[in-house]
Amino acid sequence: MTDDRLPPVPTTNDGAAADDGTAATDDGVTAVDGERAVAAALRRTAAPPAPPADVSRLVADAVARADALDLVDVAYAVTDSPIGPLTVATTEVGLVRVAFGTEEGVVDELAAALSPRVLFLPDRLDDVRRQLDEYFAGRRHAFDVRLDRRLSRGYRRRVLEALTAGVGYGETATYKDLAVATGNPGAVRAVGTAMATNPIPIVVPCHRILRTGGSLGNYGGGPETKAWLLRHEGVRLLF
Amino acid sequence: MVTLPPFQALLDEHAADLHRYLVAVAGPHDGADCFQETVVSALRAYPGLRRDDNLRGWLFTIAHRKVIDRARHAARHAVPVAEPPDRGHLDADATGAEDLWAAVRRLPPKQRSAVVQRHLLDRPYAEIAEALGCSEAAARQNVRAGLVRLREEVSA
Repeated sequence: MTDDRLPPVPTTNDGAAADDGTAATDDGVTAVDGERAVAAALRRTAAPPAPPADVSRLVADAVARADALDLVDVAYAVTDSPIGPLTVATTEVGLVRVAFGTEEGVVDELAAALSPRVLFLPDRLDDVRRQLDEYFAGRRHAFDVRLDRRLSRGYRRRVLEALTAGVGYGETATYKDLAVATGNPGAVRAVGTAMATNPIPIVVPCHRILRTGGSLGNYGGGPETKAWLLRHEGVRLLF
Repeated sequence: MVTLPPFQALLDEHAADLHRYLVAVAGPHDGADCFQETVVSALRAYPGLRRDDNLRGWLFTIAHRKVIDRARHAARHAVPVAEPPDRGHLDADATGAEDLWAAVRRLPPKQRSAVVQRHLLDRPYAEIAEALGCSEAAARQNVRAGLVRLREEVSA
């Protein structure tokens, strides 16, 4: 080993070189220097970190293998759309979440609510993404995907099921209509909450629910998105 | 009750280091296999985890075990044919680099893991201790013993 070509030992986050060099031993100064030289040679000659693309591929391979072993509880992907990127997630039961945007917050919520075994696995969402593409291209009026509705409970879930079953493409209804349809004519506010917390927007079409009188009302993706979706489905908006 | 982050977040944060570590201690080919086995084993155990304060250390513990398992398996199924050494370095110009890394892979597993975590990945001793399942003092001692042994081997 030719010591004269060794670079200085890099400083590390808790002083590796100094720590190792001053440890009590009877090796003496020369030995300590020799070990520093070895450490420096390790750094100098190690294989560099794999390029990020290679690491991504290795991760994807490992995740695919884990999926084959049924170890992935929630698979997610991000898909582009005319209203911006959408994060879509599925369980073994079916589509569990559609979210506007790509925020990490969505994936964190899925881990907390469903299982920490959440992985980026676009293959598992190919069918959903294709159907969304067709919907946005105007070639699909109804989604044919299994849903996992476990993120909604109780009355909210009943309202969302009634919405999915009862309000088709290009149609609209009011919060009041849904309250009546679910046997709770006075529960207009609860219906509003159910729409606001819809975990599977677009596919479960809460954008088709308007205020009595025809004004838009709120929407998780923002009122412009709601208006865009309704116009896309051929609805003439009064406001 | 711990709230574990999405497993994907762990991979995003630690996959590159985990891979580099495994390539350094096990060589490129075995390192890649160990990487996949580590991910699968970690994912299997993940929901049952009761602590989230050192997920990185936990991942490296699994990786360390995979390397040991693989070495044992290889020892049991040793084929008496000279195979080209599994090269974990790319710096062909570095004098003695090949000998040095061959020596690294001959170190006892704890020393090997400790030296690589310390001097390739710049990890603090507390974390190395966590990954090796030993005290911080023992982690320090393993790094030191590993370096001493490497110095002896490469200067012999």
